[in-house]
Amino acid sequence: MNSEHYEALKNVIKIYLPTDVTIDDINPNSHLINELNINSANLVDIVLDVEDHFDITIEDSEIEKMDTVANALEIIALKLN
Amino acid sequence: MSGEEIISLLPYKEPFLFVDEIIRINNRGVEGVYTFQKESFFYKGHFKEYPVTPGVILTECMAQIGLVCLGIYLINDLEKLKGLKVAFTNATTDYIKPVFPGEKVTVVSDIEYFRFNKLKCNVTLTNENGDVASEGTLSGMFSI
Repeated sequence: MNSEHYEALKNVIKIYLPTDVTIDDINPNSHLINELNINSANLVDIVLDVEDHFDITIEDSEIEKMDTVANALEIIALKLN
Repeated sequence: MSGEEIISLLPYKEPFLFVDEIIRINNRGVEGVYTFQKESFFYKGHFKEYPVTPGVILTECMAQIGLVCLGIYLINDLEKLKGLKVAFTNATTDYIKPVFPGEKVTVVSDIEYFRFNKLKCNVTLTNENGDVASEGTLSGMFSI
């Protein structure tokens, strides 16, 4: 896992966390919807911020695969290669 | 898709339909109108002696025209639209002027993005005099 990407992703996710979840609750295995309580609308904004930050384009079929922090990082790494 | 067709596909009916007519619509945005009916249920309680359109109802009108009508136009697929479900997910709005019973309002919505079935728009609602009564940023998700 690329720690630079991980930190960047955490910084994006934290903007969209509900008030009862903090950045310290995020770990690589965190499920964005089920564990970090991010709703599907905010998930879209996370993906759009990720696109801007990493200068990549995520396809409609790929957003569903970005269910955990680790899986999101995997797709980011794939896109950057 | 025509304005009438779009309105017929809306998942609302009386007493919670706040769209009368679509004036113009394209891939960048929509303009629509609605006249608040004097006998609408919410005027009986908002306020007790002084009927004013509640901010939440103005927001609903902005969302129905600015998000849902526009979303239907952008999806533009009758098969998909048959089972359309919508969820209002975000509103950041200012309320500048009151809207009274019987007033005709115009809602103009400009698209910010429509990605991954989420539509985000900048929406203004102007009163009969052409003054901005409410403006803000609204988003919703479409389940198709």
